[in-house]
Amino acid sequence: MVETTSPPDGLLQRLLDGQTIALAKSITAVENDTPQAAELLAGIQPHLGRALVVGFTGPPGAGKSTLVNALIVELRRRERSVGVVAVDPSSPLTGGAILGDRIRMSEHTRDPGVFVRSLAARGHLGGLSPMAARVIDVMDAAGRDVVVVETVGAGQSEVEIAEIADVRVVICAPGLGDDVQAIKAGILEIADILVVNKADLPLAERTVSQLKGMLSLREAGMAEVPVLSTTATNGEGVTALADAVEARAGTLEGAMGEEERAARALRRVRRLLADATAQRVRRLIREDSGVNVDDLCAQVQRGELGVEAAAAQLLRQLKEPE
Amino acid sequence: MSAPARILVTKIGFDGHDRGSRIVAAYLRDAGMEVVYTGPWQDIADVVALATQEDVDVVGISSLATDHLLLPDLMTALRDGGLGHVRVVVGGIVPDQDIEGLHGAGVAAIFHPGSTREQIVEEIARLAEEARAAA
Repeated sequence: MVETTSPPDGLLQRLLDGQTIALAKSITAVENDTPQAAELLAGIQPHLGRALVVGFTGPPGAGKSTLVNALIVELRRRERSVGVVAVDPSSPLTGGAILGDRIRMSEHTRDPGVFVRSLAARGHLGGLSPMAARVIDVMDAAGRDVVVVETVGAGQSEVEIAEIADVRVVICAPGLGDDVQAIKAGILEIADILVVNKADLPLAERTVSQLKGMLSLREAGMAEVPVLSTTATNGEGVTALADAVEARAGTLEGAMGEEERAARALRRVRRLLADATAQRVRRLIREDSGVNVDDLCAQVQRGELGVEAAAAQLLRQLKEPE
Repeated sequence: MSAPARILVTKIGFDGHDRGSRIVAAYLRDAGMEVVYTGPWQDIADVVALATQEDVDVVGISSLATDHLLLPDLMTALRDGGLGHVRVVVGGIVPDQDIEGLHGAGVAAIFHPGSTREQIVEEIARLAEEARAAA
């Protein structure tokens, strides 16, 4: 573990000017929730809401990073500046992580129009990392036109990206058969765009028609969800994907008024607050501060107190350590 | 407030033998560090961009076939890129006659064959703290 130090003076202004090092340092401050982060986050508030946030989720190995790489190529062709937030899992045992998403994006490493930041999930469930929403805000404030967010390899319930992204892309791989069925209840529902990647593999067409079949069962009047085929490794279908993303974004722009936009931003903050509070409570319980946790546990174990009642009592008694 | 050390594990030059770098990346992960892993064939400008964007504390270069000779240029490029605080270590085959030159260029540690997991982890953790203090 390493002590974090304060970012240098003028960080906010340099961030807003779009300086690369300032962007990197600001993300670190926000991710580690340093004392400077609060000031930074307050300072960027008036500058938020300009970037288009595109979420990429799907099972491990479906080709998320490779497809993000191919999309970046297309976005750069369209002269958009790009920020990428790539989340990989942290070890539940040691807290360590191997962050390897950007291996697939190495052709953009030296392009100043592309800034990739790898985040470790740090025990956060839901497919992102505790501070991912704020890291996206920081990239927005730095003037990135498009922020692409890649979740950890997702299964059924990693739908957090739905609340954070403007456009949600869910990636499937062909031939997963029953696995396609398995994800139907979860992440497929949040998709604005469905992509069957590895379209050069056998069974890709069948997966596309399965997904289309699933969509045809949805209620009438729901937004149209395109089902696209891509081969991320050679770029096939990626122009159509970029078109679909921009079309969806255009629809959003048209449909969303100033008030809705503000409400959405507030919802993001509310979620962050809920997460931060939960994490703090968890820590206080683990550290056994201010309350006799052992005693409450014993009461629950003896059947004298229900878990819900014990939780309520705990919340009333919890105090931040001085 | 403390946060996991962030380490870039990479290879520069034309040599693709990446087994060693993968093993070390796993050691560091198991020690609770966040490791950005890139695979081989990066050039110096790539490493500077990677270290900048990922805001790492330590850059670890794995070298089997003379790629360590590029390190003095990397040190200069990092300093020129405003990353003078980042600590650079190298692991692999570094002949005795090159050691002094690498240290002179500012390389913080050299891990030769036979280095233990404990040595590598402890030294990199220490250097990460140093780097953050100097940032």
